[in-house]
Amino acid sequence: MSEPNEHSRTRAITLRVNGTECRGQVEPRKLLVDFLREDLGLTGSHVGCEHGICGACTILINGEAARSCLMLAVQANGAELMTVEGLAHQAGEPLALPGKTGPLHPLQAAFWEHHGLQCGFCTPGMLMTAYDLLQTNATPSEKEIRAGLSAVLCRCTGYQGIVEAVQAAAETLRARREGE
Amino acid sequence: MKPPPFAYHAPTQLDEALALLERHGDDAKVLAGGQSLMPLLNFRLSYPSALIDINRVAELSYIRQENGQVRIGALTRQRTIEFSELVRHQLPLLYEATTLVGHLPIRTRGTIGGSLAHADPAAEYPTVALVLDAELVLQGPSEQRSVSAEEFFVSYLTTALALNEIVTEIRFSPAPPTSGWAFEEVARRHGDFALVGVASVIDADGEQCRTARLAAAGVGPTPVRLRAAEDILMQQGVTEQSIQHAAAQAAELVEPDSDIHASADFRRHLTQVLTRRAIQRALERGQEQGA
Ligand SMILES: Cc1cc2nc3c(=O)[nH]c(=O)nc-3n(C[C@H](O)[C@H](O)[C@H](O)COP(=O)(O)OP(=O)(O)OC[C@H]3O[C@@H](n4cnc5c(N)ncnc54)[C@H](O)[C@@H]3O)c2cc1C
Ligand code: FES
Ligand code: FES
Repeated sequence: MSEPNEHSRTRAITLRVNGTECRGQVEPRKLLVDFLREDLGLTGSHVGCEHGICGACTILINGEAARSCLMLAVQANGAELMTVEGLAHQAGEPLALPGKTGPLHPLQAAFWEHHGLQCGFCTPGMLMTAYDLLQTNATPSEKEIRAGLSAVLCRCTGYQGIVEAVQAAAETLRARREGE
Repeated sequence: MKPPPFAYHAPTQLDEALALLERHGDDAKVLAGGQSLMPLLNFRLSYPSALIDINRVAELSYIRQENGQVRIGALTRQRTIEFSELVRHQLPLLYEATTLVGHLPIRTRGTIGGSLAHADPAAEYPTVALVLDAELVLQGPSEQRSVSAEEFFVSYLTTALALNEIVTEIRFSPAPPTSGWAFEEVARRHGDFALVGVASVIDADGEQCRTARLAAAGVGPTPVRLRAAEDILMQQGVTEQSIQHAAAQAAELVEPDSDIHASADFRRHLTQVLTRRAIQRALERGQEQGA
């Protein structure tokens, strides 16, 4: 049997979030998304279902999209995370600070332009999922976009605007790469 | 909700993980990708006193070719399998099935060992393991044993794994290069668990069928090998008629339950339709391979 105090003993963790080193002291059972929201004040990642279905908590963990409600904060020790706050990234500036914004990422700009959001609850998860989709498939078809975004539930938009936004962002990113 | 309290261990060596599992006994749970276990903890459907997190046991994560087999470490992420060239060439059925497991953000964390150990009968990997006659390597504190997928799946969410054992490796023998394959499923939404899924691997030459392997997901407490349907193809060859026969036989072989997602009748109907599609698709692909 384990010692009763083993359960609530907190652990020190160090990780990078949106390019900034962050430290925390967490109980092992603390979910990563709760650590981001409560301890770091990064409330952009939303908590919808806590069982992996809705996708609102999706962030990038070492560059790949994953559910932050299905990971413990202790498991992120040493990891490199990007949350929706990190998307609007002013080159070179640390962005872990809440309330601090840079220019919008092409995905964010496209969501704005194409009515990719209404209430905004799903938006952080949609953006991070679309980010991962475009980095694994730079020229997705509409069908592939719909399949990829089926990882996140939206109760408002009917998805059409979101799909159009991702198509537009893929174009912008492609043009930007070709311009380089 | 939030997980109940537990003692947390994150060993970096397999030996250490096994010793912890032995020490904590049946109160402990192994944590791999967490894509099935974390929801159970968050909903307080599971109250382990200790979690043994194997995510830092690097020796459990690999895909390699050895003795004519493709051997995959239990901690290998579903996403890694999806993007592996070796898997795509040697185990195309495993690749195809992987793209049907949840969504990309789920596959980022979810592992092959976790999916097999969890043993959801509607899951893709158990069915693929069964149809490819995969072997699972189970490591206990002192002994290692290897069991076939057929022996491994015992019942709903129940496997042959002992409380002090960890799945360490899954061994697949690639099908002959002239074979075709398919994983056909019907799910309510893209990325949902399948209502029914059928996997096929068929090696045919014209109408002559050298081997046919078929298995179904979502139609009982474990994935089901459809042997009598395989026999029809092997004995009668592959013709329009024998395919219909085999598909009808498949529907006879399964005993699905009704639940909130689908009735038993509908699942049986799907078994027939999907078996037919899985055979046809495998034959088409086999011809492409041969061409
Ligand atoms: C939204 C969503 C959709 C999903 N859709 C699908 C789907 O369509 N198809 C599908 O197949 N799956 C689906 N899954 C489940 C997913 O594939 C899980 O990754 C998988 O079932 C469990 O793997 P894991 O590595 O996450 O294991 P965990 O959740 O960490 O563990 C699951 C169980 O296996 C045990 N375990 C894990 N690894 C080992 C090991 N090496 N040795 C011994 N025991 C071990 C754990 O103790 C636990 O009991 C979905 C999950 C989510 C959240
Ligand atoms: S809160 Fe994580 S997927 Fe819904
Ligand atoms: S915008 Fe409201 S849930 Fe998607």
